[in-house]
This record gives sequence, structure tokens and C-alpha cells, in this order.
Amino acid sequence: MKVEITVNGEHTSHDVEPRTLLAHYLRENLGLKATNIGCDTTSCGACTVLVDGEAVKSCTVLAVQADQQSVTTMEGLEGAAQGELGHPVTRAFRQEHGLQCGFCTPGMVMAAVSLIDENPDLTEKDVREGLEGNLCRCTGYHNIVRAVLVAAGKDPDAAQAAEAVSGERTTAPGFSTGEGDK
Amino acid sequence: MIPVGFDYQRPESVDAALALLAEHGDDATVLAGGHSLLPVMKLRLAAPEVVIDIGRVAELNYIRVDGDEIAIGAGTRYRDIVISDVLAKECALLPAVTRTVGDPQVRHRGTLGGALAHGDPAGDLPAAILALEGTIVLRSPRGERKVPITEFYTGVFSSVKEPDELIVEIRVPRTGSTGWAYEKFTRRSNDWAIVAVAVVTAADGARRIGLVNMGSTPLRAKATEAALAEGKSIEEAAALAAEGTEPPADNAGTPEYRRHLVTVLTRRALQTAAG
Repeated sequence: MKVEITVNGEHTSHDVEPRTLLAHYLRENLGLKATNIGCDTTSCGACTVLVDGEAVKSCTVLAVQADQQSVTTMEGLEGAAQGELGHPVTRAFRQEHGLQCGFCTPGMVMAAVSLIDENPDLTEKDVREGLEGNLCRCTGYHNIVRAVLVAAGKDPDAAQAAEAVSGERTTAPGFSTGEGDK
Repeated sequence: MIPVGFDYQRPESVDAALALLAEHGDDATVLAGGHSLLPVMKLRLAAPEVVIDIGRVAELNYIRVDGDEIAIGAGTRYRDIVISDVLAKECALLPAVTRTVGDPQVRHRGTLGGALAHGDPAGDLPAAILALEGTIVLRSPRGERKVPITEFYTGVFSSVKEPDELIVEIRVPRTGSTGWAYEKFTRRSNDWAIVAVAVVTAADGARRIGLVNMGSTPLRAKATEAALAEGKSIEEAAALAAEGTEPPADNAGTPEYRRHLVTVLTRRALQTAAG
């Protein structure tokens, strides 16, 4: 089946099997290898890209589902084509050392772009909850959260200090808070 | 992991989708957000010959007040439920429960109709709709019928929905912005519930309690509801929450563990709902 997908602003078209995953379309048909496939089970978020501006896990979307839509990968962020950190999120990840091995980074960055787009006024809690679908097995979350705060125009030290004194629960939604909070 | 090959159809209207379902019958599967279907197809636990993608059927995407009820199009995504002003005011349980499904990426794709059609007993939304005593609207070439959620599920991943029927709408009562709670117990933030309890207060003041992952279908905590109606305390009533349940055993917990957990979560949920 022929699909036409605008990827990073450029029209692409290939004849693919309907079972082709969007992640495979990006990596194999287009040769865009920033999008990593980690768990392949919708858990780790390494394959996160934007479809029509919203973060999705491209291992759980068919290429045919993105037909006639617009996809953005990390290669599509400002400056990436020139090897430069031209986007606020990628700049902030470098500034705050928001990566260690780097495998989760493209997914983290694209999830962060979507998160900031949906809620420009992020708190530290919002960032931690908003990245619940992305796993970093280096466990480098602390600096990743700081990077996203910086990209959103926040002072990470102030945001983390505010979080520390707020006494708010720090567990993600869905976690039982036990008896203490009631 | 790659699914077994299939034919792909993308109708743009309910009528076109129904015609395709009628044509292909049991060989076809409906794809909405795909976040339940595609994982099982990738694991090759499902291998439909035809996939009918209703993701572009715009007429299935709405949330609106309709008399005493809220009508929600079956194709409405989790994200749109979470941020709905109408639901925040008229049925706040639903966005709160939906907020705990998966993660932001999953909530950008998954749909309410898809979650209900999939019918995972560990899923959040079937039990929430059960607590709300919602109605599922099914359409086929033979016409439309409304099935109360209390009569919808027949077993694990199975319901009274016929192969040629499509869930087109979900209707829930206007229960307001207060008097509800959702207590979900998981080991990881975006995981399925080990057990979860949804409580909503009906217009007549009665508490309705939906249980997640306490049997082969979502269940109501009927003994607890009856005890509350008789004027028993929250503590006394919640202790009965496991009556009539048959919770599963898996690596997250034994049935005995879940029977205990459900009484704790029910108590907490009732306390929270009472404000």
C-alpha cells in the first residue's frame, strides 16, 4: 500500500506492507536512525516521535495509520540537519547533561517537545509525570528533568526547591499514596 | 516484532466501516488507537485477515451534554477525555480515571470505545463506566441498540457485541465534579492495576463501586454498596468489598492478596469520595 507521509517537513512516499510499523518506516524506508526501538512493546518510549505534533510511540503505530499526516523525528528539530543544537530542548539536554548512554535521548527529547507544547508552564512534578512513558536505563532522570525545565524556560534549581518544600506527593498518577496523604 | 500480514481498510464514515464489517465478519478486526490491538498482533496472539482502521472517522469523536447524560463518541481519545471541560464539570470521575491509563504517548492514541471493546478486566475504563452505570451504543447494518454496561461483558475479553457491530457511543450520567474517587494500585506508574476501585455518588446519594482486576470482567462491589445503603460505616462496608469476586493470580499478587487489597482500596476510595 502506498503511503504519503510528511516527515520533518519533507514529503515522503513509499509502497509498504500494511503491517509496517512507523518506527520501521522511519528507520528503514527513510534511513532516519535517530528513532530507536528499545522494548518494542510500548513501554520504554525510545521510539517516541510526533504525529501531527503529538508524541506517540512509533513501535505501536502502523505506517499506514500515519498516511497523509505529519511526522517529526529528532532529525527534524532545528539545527539537527546541520549537526547543531538549534532547538531549545536539545540545547537544554546538553547544558544540563541530560543524557548518559544516549539511547533513550531521542525519545525523551520528542516526548519533552510534546509535553512543553501542551503545557508551557511546567512544574517539576509535571515533568516527572509527563515523562512517565519514557525509561532511561542509565537512570539519569534527575538531569533529564532539569533539562526539560530549562527548555520550558524555568529555573531548574528554583523549580526543584519549590517541589522539595511543597510537600506534594511525588509519585506518578496511578500510584497509591497509602494512608499518609489522606 | 511484526504482525502477520493483513489487508488494511480505512473507512471515513461509520456506514462505510459497518459495510466493511458486514463484508468481512469474523475475519476482520477494528483498529482505533491500536494500543491494545497492535501489541497482541505483534505478539501474534491475534492475526486478523482484515484490519478496519476507524481512526479517521471524525463523526465518532465528540463529548457533549445530552439531557441527563454525557454522550461520548467511541473514537474519542484518552487525551481528549482528560482535558475535557465538559467532563471535568459533569462527570469528573472519567477524566481522573483516564489520566491513569498508560502514559502521555498512549493517551494520544487510545480511545474510550477501543478500551471498552477490548474489555481487559485489568483495564481502568470498563470498571469506571460500570461504576457510572453507563450505556454502550452499538450499531450494525441491522440498526442500533443500547446495552447497559452491566449487561455488556460476558467473560475475559468478551462481550455481547456481535462481529458486525461497532461501538459508536458511550453514555454516562451527569454525576458532577464531586463525590467520586479512583484508587489504583500498581507497581509501576504506567502499568495495569493490580487492583483498582472506582467510586461515584449517584444523584440519589447512593455510592456505586466498580472493581478493576477482581474477576474475569469488571465487577461491582455489591455487598459494600448494599451495606452503605443500610447505613453501615465506610469501614464496615469496605470490609465486604471482596464478596462475590474471583480475582486472578499472577506475578503481581495472589487472589488472597487482591481480596485484602480491594477492601483497603475501597475504604480509601469511599473516604475520598465522601470528601
